[in-house]
Amino acid sequence: MRKIPLLLMLLVAPVLWCMGPVRAAPVADTFSDPGMEARARNLQRQLRCLVCQGESIDESGASLAAELRHLVRQQMAQGRSDRQIEDYLTARYGNFILMKPPLEGDTYFLWAAPFLVLIGAAGVAIFVVGKARKAAAENPPDLL
Amino acid sequence: MTGELGQLALCFALALSLVMAAGGLLGARPDESNNGAVLARGIAHGATMGMLVFVVLAFGTLTYAFVTSDFSIAVVANNSHTMKPLIYKISGVWGNHEGSMLLWVLVLSLYAGLVSSLGRGGPRLTSAALGVQGLLAAAFLLFILFTSNPFLRLDPAPFEGAGLNPLLQDPGLAIHPPMLYAGYVGLSAAFSYAAAALIVGEEGWTRAARPFMLIAWIALTCGIALGSWWAYYELGWGGFWFWDPVENASLMPWLVATALLHSALATEKSGAFRTWTLLLAIGGFSMSLIGTFLVRSGVLSSVHAFATDPTRGFFIMVLIACAIGGALGLFAWRAPSLKGGAAFDTQSRETMLLLNNVFLVAACASVFVGTLYPLALDALNGTKISVGPPYYAATFAPIFFALLLLVPLGPQLGWRRGDMKAALRMLAPALGVAALAALVVVMIASPRFLTGVCAFAVAGWLIGASVLTLIRRKSARASAFAAALAHAGLGVTLMGVAGTTLWRSEALTVLGPGETMTVGPYTLRFDGVTQELGPNYRASRAHIALMDGARVQTMLTPEQRIYPAEGQETANTAIRTTGFQDLYLALGDDRGGGRWTLRAYVSPLAPFIWLGALVMALGGVLSLWGRLRVRAALPAAVAQPAE
Repeated sequence: MRKIPLLLMLLVAPVLWCMGPVRAAPVADTFSDPGMEARARNLQRQLRCLVCQGESIDESGASLAAELRHLVRQQMAQGRSDRQIEDYLTARYGNFILMKPPLEGDTYFLWAAPFLVLIGAAGVAIFVVGKARKAAAENPPDLL
Repeated sequence: MTGELGQLALCFALALSLVMAAGGLLGARPDESNNGAVLARGIAHGATMGMLVFVVLAFGTLTYAFVTSDFSIAVVANNSHTMKPLIYKISGVWGNHEGSMLLWVLVLSLYAGLVSSLGRGGPRLTSAALGVQGLLAAAFLLFILFTSNPFLRLDPAPFEGAGLNPLLQDPGLAIHPPMLYAGYVGLSAAFSYAAAALIVGEEGWTRAARPFMLIAWIALTCGIALGSWWAYYELGWGGFWFWDPVENASLMPWLVATALLHSALATEKSGAFRTWTLLLAIGGFSMSLIGTFLVRSGVLSSVHAFATDPTRGFFIMVLIACAIGGALGLFAWRAPSLKGGAAFDTQSRETMLLLNNVFLVAACASVFVGTLYPLALDALNGTKISVGPPYYAATFAPIFFALLLLVPLGPQLGWRRGDMKAALRMLAPALGVAALAALVVVMIASPRFLTGVCAFAVAGWLIGASVLTLIRRKSARASAFAAALAHAGLGVTLMGVAGTTLWRSEALTVLGPGETMTVGPYTLRFDGVTQELGPNYRASRAHIALMDGARVQTMLTPEQRIYPAEGQETANTAIRTTGFQDLYLALGDDRGGGRWTLRAYVSPLAPFIWLGALVMALGGVLSLWGRLRVRAALPAAVAQPAE
């Protein structure tokens, strides 16, 4: 008796397996739902075409980009979140595929540098203005 | 024969550049009896003109070889074709690595000639500047002769050339490189003057160098705008800036040059930031050199990287190390002896100019790190990352935005001691304009973006403040008008960038003959594709009717071109502009049976991006004109700070 479910599964599994791709295949180039379409476009802009010069897969005319667009839409149709799709792609292609570099060990400096420079420069500016102000107080501008 | 003539001319130019360097540096010594300083100066001036003549001759020779399709010269055979229109035969001269380096040296020599003939510093300062300019020219001439000789022959000469990358066969791109080089290399004049000031110890160098800084800045502004405009209409994606490393390479010198213009103003008017201005002048040209290295060495492969020869990359790297290292060494040695320490109040124009520099340097740091970090990381541990537009939107954009908020305040504050309250009172109407702009956006734009509302408010603030300056200034001074124009241009560009980025609508449709599509407010009817023959290409030309009800308002013809000689395709977009909004069409793939993919964009305010850049450049031209006019009115010897 216990073997029936197993038998059933063995019978049903190939059917399900065949249905999988069939169900996923009819993914059009565009979603009819404008919300989904906007989400897809936004996601496509975040992903780099790996064989192009700095283009996202949203812009690129390369065939790889077309395949990746299709993949993104297929996974969206399966109800995956943006995060899941990005994780799926970075697991295969590495962080190179992300237009926005992730914030992690290798990239802390990348993200911090502009603001460190800003803070450092502001610090120097405050020091310089302080000194100039003291000098101005000692020699009133009228006398300069 | 012509090739050998060109090569000989380059050799003479190299010899003269060395004479110029030696003469210029010896002539920088103080005048003492019998030390020959005066004679050395005279020799430096003569050698400058001589070098200019020979470089012009070499460049003319190469141009002649391109125009006459002399395929016995390798560069011509690899980059030209008899069927190419004349303008692209000429632009082909700099559409390749060797020729573009020759153009670089030509522009460097022209600037050296200008320094020699028009430079208004003291004789020692001018002489030292010529010496440094001579060293730079010698370095680049050596680079050309040893790694990138444009006059190498081919034997046997091929019957036909390989053609020029069709993407470069475009009027915008024909003038983009000379314009950009005029900017890049113009910063070499500021660099040479700064080094000269360190050598001679003269403090008035900013006055002598300012016209060159202005020319370089104007040329950079125009060059970047042209490049961006080209990307917009030629690449077929409706974008205008891609944060591509090559674009970044031109943006970094612009940011530093902008900082330099402002800092040098403070140095000239009130003696503030002396050492900092010197450092910026060195930094500006360093950015030009680094940009050249990035673009030319093949570190980045792109449409700009004509060659990927490691010896060239190595040579340029050594050249950069010597130029930057030498200048910084000189700076470390001599700058402490300069008199420092200005006196000004917290509320003063000096403070505002300092803040300008703080934000511009941070913005430049964002571009610099974003461009170089992926290369460094890859070299260090082989990790590959991409730094794309989202990075710059999160770092560059807020920093630059903060800078824009402060821009109108600067010109309203007096030197040394200003009155912030009075400035704000005077600018109150501009705040009104800003509020009005924000209100208009909230009312008419859909969807409503907070960034969009902020962008238009700041644009209103910038433009309103500039208009106020123009109205209220009793004594019309060119410099005040120039600043107002340039700042207003920023506002105009900001509106274009915000409008295009946030409110662009697009449609991608497969159409058969007679079918229609809509994009934004426009209805388009597809009337089929015809095959056309150009001078050196075949084109599939789509005929798209822009409909006004049932009436055809106008016909638009986006094309796809195939260049058989080069075996490449390009998209030629069709753009219809009202001045406030662009309708942008690009033809996609042939889907068979007369059906084609058509991509259409409606980009609100897109023309403002380049209009704003033009207004900025006009501000620069006005400032330059004001300078030269003031100078002409005064004898050179007594030219005191006149403003």
